[in-house]
Amino acid sequence: MGEGPPSLWEWIGRNWDTGRAGSIKDLLLDHLTMSLVPILLALVVALPLGLACVRWRWLYQPASGLMNVVYALPSLPVFMLLISVTGLTQTTVIIPLAFYGVAVLLPAVVGGLDSVPDHVRQSAVAMGFTPRRRLLAVELPIAVPVVLAGLRVVAVSSISLVSVGALIGQGGLGGLFTRAYQNPFMPPVIVGIVLIVLLALIADGLLVLAQRLLTPWVRARKGATS
Amino acid sequence: MITFDAVTKRFPDGTVAVDDLTLEAPTGEITVLVGPSGCGKTTSLRMINRMIDASEGKILLDGVPVQSIAPPTLRRGIGYVIQQAGLFPHRKIVDNIATVPYLLGWDRKRARGRAMELLERVGLDAALAGRYPFQLSGGQQQRVGVARALAADPPVLLMDEPFSAVDPVVRTTLQEELLRLQSELNKTIVFVTHDIDEAIKLGDKVAVLRVGGRLAQLAAPKTLLSEPSDDFVREFLGHDRGIRRLQFVSTEGLRLRTDLTVRQGGEGGSSEEPWLLVVDEQGGPVGWIAGARPGELEPFGTFLYGRDSMRSALDAALLSPSGCSVAVDDEGKVVGVATREALDEALAEAADG
Repeated sequence: MGEGPPSLWEWIGRNWDTGRAGSIKDLLLDHLTMSLVPILLALVVALPLGLACVRWRWLYQPASGLMNVVYALPSLPVFMLLISVTGLTQTTVIIPLAFYGVAVLLPAVVGGLDSVPDHVRQSAVAMGFTPRRRLLAVELPIAVPVVLAGLRVVAVSSISLVSVGALIGQGGLGGLFTRAYQNPFMPPVIVGIVLIVLLALIADGLLVLAQRLLTPWVRARKGATS
Repeated sequence: MITFDAVTKRFPDGTVAVDDLTLEAPTGEITVLVGPSGCGKTTSLRMINRMIDASEGKILLDGVPVQSIAPPTLRRGIGYVIQQAGLFPHRKIVDNIATVPYLLGWDRKRARGRAMELLERVGLDAALAGRYPFQLSGGQQQRVGVARALAADPPVLLMDEPFSAVDPVVRTTLQEELLRLQSELNKTIVFVTHDIDEAIKLGDKVAVLRVGGRLAQLAAPKTLLSEPSDDFVREFLGHDRGIRRLQFVSTEGLRLRTDLTVRQGGEGGSSEEPWLLVVDEQGGPVGWIAGARPGELEPFGTFLYGRDSMRSALDAALLSPSGCSVAVDDEGKVVGVATREALDEALAEAADG
């Protein structure tokens, strides 16, 4: 760096793509990976787990209780614990975030399936749907709005939580904050915050868009009651 | 034909919902199961399409035990209509109606074509096809429910209190529509209701069930009203079953007088008569005038001669200070006047018969 502190834009221009690890672009991509992978993992785990909890009700209390305990664990000791297994890698950040995601999505999946009105389920049975087809063609589509609402929470919190990983050197854009801690210089902090908020807004916007495309009947319903 | 042969349903907790039920629902007729809550009428209905399996006894569909048919296959051949219609909120009306054709593997075009046909058949505007269920009124949803049940043209239709969640005016319309549809389609219908009036209006045969799932009486509505088998049935029918029985007595042959009418603005009729009916140019009724002091027009009531029941004729008489009811034809033209004396004779005859 030069003599005087560079302005915000100068700093961005200089650090956007240095070709070395730690450039803003690099951190941004790391951040995306470490937040998107847990979201997908959470969905892949929570869907079948939620279905199982609806099928076997007794499973739901212990499963959601366990997930809540996991959710309550502070991330720092979890990282410490995982480091011994997965080292100072992205995986160490991804695993706890995926668990947090499951903790939020499990009730959403169960709630979504519970939101299927009983008379709708009954009439599907009476018309000769096989259980599998009923699940795929009737129950899951009706559960989509509730599941997507949960997914929005998971997406935003996951994007924001990745930065904690900076404590073990894997925080994506969170890395910009630890640098400022060592050297009180504001531009990296501002860039970090703005980019994280932008990512969260974009992810949320995409999910809202997905919801509109997937469930036009929810909008129709609101239109009918207004 | 649907046959219940000594069918009992005992739930795991020991309650007996249906107890040794034996009855037949004849092909092409409406059989109504009616009774207070807890009489097992819905359980009985659901045992037909195996949503509930019988504990003892057999249910036969045209001689074939339903137990021998896999539930999804069995159900695709039986139409089913429930109280809140049970439409799929995430599917457009046309696709809701086409549900069973899709399940049977029809191609999309054929299934949707059939759905559009049915939409019209149940009296709904084709423009509703692209809407979602929440955009329809309760009555419209119920019609879609009926259309959906008919989509694959099943010979059997099960209806579980299909009209009890809509308001009384819409309910009456839906009941009449069902009778109209049935006169065209001749399905074997089993209809469950707790409303005895609905049972009497719709049923070719009515099965009255008592709490605990025992059959109290199985009879045609008219027989039920005139010869209830015991106190339970008598009480369940209510106090005015005599009046209600009149709805099964035809006005055909009711003696009419044709000399009590007078053209509007014209001469004619005898001023000896206490009441004269004024008719317009087209022969339609306008109102009654008191024979002695012409001037003020008094209200009148009409019934379709030969088509409406004695109950309607009597009702029409009560609507007018003249005490007479006006018989009209399909075009609304006056056929004649049923005087108190004529109604009296017919009532006396009905009481004997």
